[in-house]
Amino acid sequence: MSSANRVLPGFGLSLGFTLAYLSLIVLIPLSAVFFKTATMDFDRFWSVVASDRVVATYKLSFGMSLLAATINVIFGLMLAWAIVRYSFPGKKIVDALVDLPFALPTAVAGISLTALYAPNGWLGQLLEPLGIKIAFGPWGVLVALVFIGLPFVVRTVQPIIEDFDVGFEEAAASLGATRWQTVRRVVFPALLPALLTGFALAFARAVGEYGSVIFIAGNIPYVSEITPLMIITRLEEFDYEGATAIASVMLIVSFILLLIINLLQGWTARSTRRSV
Amino acid sequence: MSIDIDHITKSFGTFRALDDVSLNLPRGELVALLGPSGCGKTTLLRIIAGLEIADSGRILLDGQDATEKHVRERQVGFVFQHYALFRHMSVFENVAFGLRVKPRKERPAEADIRRRVNELLDLVQLGWLKDRFPSQLSGGQRQRIALARALAVEPQVLLLDEPFGALDAKVRKELRRWLRRLHDELHISSIFVTHDQEEALEVADRIVLMHKGRIEQIGSPQQIYEEPATSFAYSFIGNVNAFRGKVEGSFVRVGSDLLAHARTDLAEGEPVVAYARPHDTEIVPDAPEASGVAARVNRVLSNGGISRVELIANGPERGGAKDYFEVEVGSDDLARLGLANGQRVRLRSRRLSLFRDQASG
Amino acid sequence: MAGAAASLAGRLSVSTTHFEDRLATRDSSLVKALILGISLTFFALFIVLPLILVFVEAFRKGWETYIASLTDPDAISAIKLTLLAAAIAVPLNLIFGISAAWAIARFEFRGKQFLITLIDLPFSVSPVVAGLIYVLLFGAHGWFGSWLQANDIKIIFAVPGIVLATIFVTFPFVARELIPLMQSQGREEEEAAIILGASGLQTFWRVTLPNVKWALLYGVILCNARAMGEFGAVSVVSGHIRGETNTMPLHVEILYNEYQFAAAFAVASLLALLALVTLILKTYVEWQAERNAAVENDQ
Repeated sequence: MSSANRVLPGFGLSLGFTLAYLSLIVLIPLSAVFFKTATMDFDRFWSVVASDRVVATYKLSFGMSLLAATINVIFGLMLAWAIVRYSFPGKKIVDALVDLPFALPTAVAGISLTALYAPNGWLGQLLEPLGIKIAFGPWGVLVALVFIGLPFVVRTVQPIIEDFDVGFEEAAASLGATRWQTVRRVVFPALLPALLTGFALAFARAVGEYGSVIFIAGNIPYVSEITPLMIITRLEEFDYEGATAIASVMLIVSFILLLIINLLQGWTARSTRRSV
Repeated sequence: MSIDIDHITKSFGTFRALDDVSLNLPRGELVALLGPSGCGKTTLLRIIAGLEIADSGRILLDGQDATEKHVRERQVGFVFQHYALFRHMSVFENVAFGLRVKPRKERPAEADIRRRVNELLDLVQLGWLKDRFPSQLSGGQRQRIALARALAVEPQVLLLDEPFGALDAKVRKELRRWLRRLHDELHISSIFVTHDQEEALEVADRIVLMHKGRIEQIGSPQQIYEEPATSFAYSFIGNVNAFRGKVEGSFVRVGSDLLAHARTDLAEGEPVVAYARPHDTEIVPDAPEASGVAARVNRVLSNGGISRVELIANGPERGGAKDYFEVEVGSDDLARLGLANGQRVRLRSRRLSLFRDQASG
Repeated sequence: MAGAAASLAGRLSVSTTHFEDRLATRDSSLVKALILGISLTFFALFIVLPLILVFVEAFRKGWETYIASLTDPDAISAIKLTLLAAAIAVPLNLIFGISAAWAIARFEFRGKQFLITLIDLPFSVSPVVAGLIYVLLFGAHGWFGSWLQANDIKIIFAVPGIVLATIFVTFPFVARELIPLMQSQGREEEEAAIILGASGLQTFWRVTLPNVKWALLYGVILCNARAMGEFGAVSVVSGHIRGETNTMPLHVEILYNEYQFAAAFAVASLLALLALVTLILKTYVEWQAERNAAVENDQ
């Protein structure tokens, strides 16, 4: 411990309160999941977390989250590029509204997207004659997850594009590179860590998302049930063990994602520092 | 206030920043803590201020043990390297801060605070900037405001951490003279930290030269420059020519050459470094069997009465490069020697200082 | 981490480069049209349209239905509960955020980086799991279940559970704004204040707080938006008792599932309005902080 403690006061108080509050609100409650799971015997645990219906939810949750994060990376990058590099009317409003999925309560997003993509909705009625059914099925899950994840990619990539030294592009151009070569060989590699971080953030959020999805998904067993919903279903059946077992699987996935994101953010920070 | 530093030791992890440092500074002097980065000078300054706590040892202010005293009660003024001006307060409020946070019974009346702050702003000649914010000031102006702020609480000692470090060369020179004048006016005991020997030599009454957490030498600027006490002091202060070799009787053998010396306390064959200032080094024509270190003229830089001659050693390369030497020659001697680029000569010294060579030992 | 996309620091751009005025950074007009066209269409479909739809649906059956839906006693009690939960969660997490930032950004200690990761943890936990953990602790079959029952204390399916779940999901907001900012500002200004004789509290009120006020406000705004809008976590612990344990988002769900679409969207429109106010305040704070940063940048 540094001796600077003696100069600025309040180290013991602030760290003590921080640790106590963190333990009471977060750590002890979270540990309850693992203690509860530990009391189950393995066969019971396995029969819950590897049952066909639950496995179907993993496939849907992870599959759609991957797809949604990919879509977000593509369109999020374009949107971030447009906001930073181009001037167009309404740019400030677009920039501010990018955070709407974050500010809008997920239940509101859920019913709104459902109404939009339902067979009689504004977009649903255009898609239905084409044989495309979005709401009340797996594609509805995708739509909700794309909505939820967009700000993560835009807000991770945007500051990197803003800080990117124009000198690199001018240097590449002066060395004879075409615009496309410059973007592909100079700009894109600089953005890659941020893009991956944004992807991981959007993915992590999508895997755990509940509110915006359950309205539009239709929640058909084996078809459009997401994993968080399974926890709720088990709880409503008063099957606390089952709910906890699934929750422990989700928690472990969260921890792994948290670790990956930390590594990616470290990489982003290092690579931006290098280029300055 | 007199300051006594008594056997101070301080480590950060495994790094020993200060190693048993003792030092007595009389009242009223302007002292420079000089040394390369990482030598512990800033740590020592922060320990005197009470911003860091030593692992062992004592600090005495005016003879009283202040080791356990909180920084708030030490009556020190501290000027940070990057000034640490409060960015959300005007210049006036920055200077007034120390007066405004005094406990109610000691706090001066508002009118007195205003008068005192205005006086201080006049003292640093920046009264016209009092409503500006720190970000609207130049580096030199910030430095002077930081000083005024530190003086507002009438400290017994003023501590300055690299006061000119963040300024450009011209402002730096101006502020140096200004700080010296200010000190002559106020006579407040002051210590400043610097890595710039020129700054220390020009401004300070006394220099404390530090290296690797230890004090190498304490003395007036003249003493430090004229009579460096250690090998490090020689190489750090001023320009110097270094000759590495071994003792051979009353000579030092440098490669195949010999340099005369007058020391009698050195063992035969001991590895030594011999230092000579450029103005104490002389150039003699090359002749077989002559004493002096062989070198080749690289460049002659004449400006006015004294010319500087740059030479390259004949000896083998060290660390991928040849040794360079520098000699100051009067215009008469220059004409007499008739030096041309590439010409072979020998170097001798009127005042050679020998130290045991740690590097090869 | 996950949960809050933007931090104030990431939203400040002091650069004023006009990319389109520079030859080397100018995209061809075809590329520009393509990128703008695709990204803005995407933006309109996924962001703008759902927002507009909320208000259109809310007023589909006219003003009277709209007003009636909002003045319904159940709706009013839901609004009250939402405000109450936010009024408890936000100040608590604010105090926590300041305390954590002070400890982390002003002192050196072992395990600091790990502590920062732990503080971010609630963002990476699914809201449903966030609700579940309190059921496991305080539910009828939970660790403290029988004790609570014996003492006639209700946490799950009651207001305390809702408040706890809200605190959990909004836990990191203020801390994650303050920690990086205070770390980058360093502790020299505070040290200077102490040397000048200020007490710890004086230093905090006069130096620390004014220096972080915009980041603090930013964190509070985001924290409040999430606190009022949380659905999943609150849904697990609420029990959905009308007039008692329903928050606004839960009330929306119930109305929607009863096919009272106009009423559901009427309450939803209030939440959407809250989101818009949040975005406006957030943009204002970004603008203020950017102005400050532009001035301070050359320091």
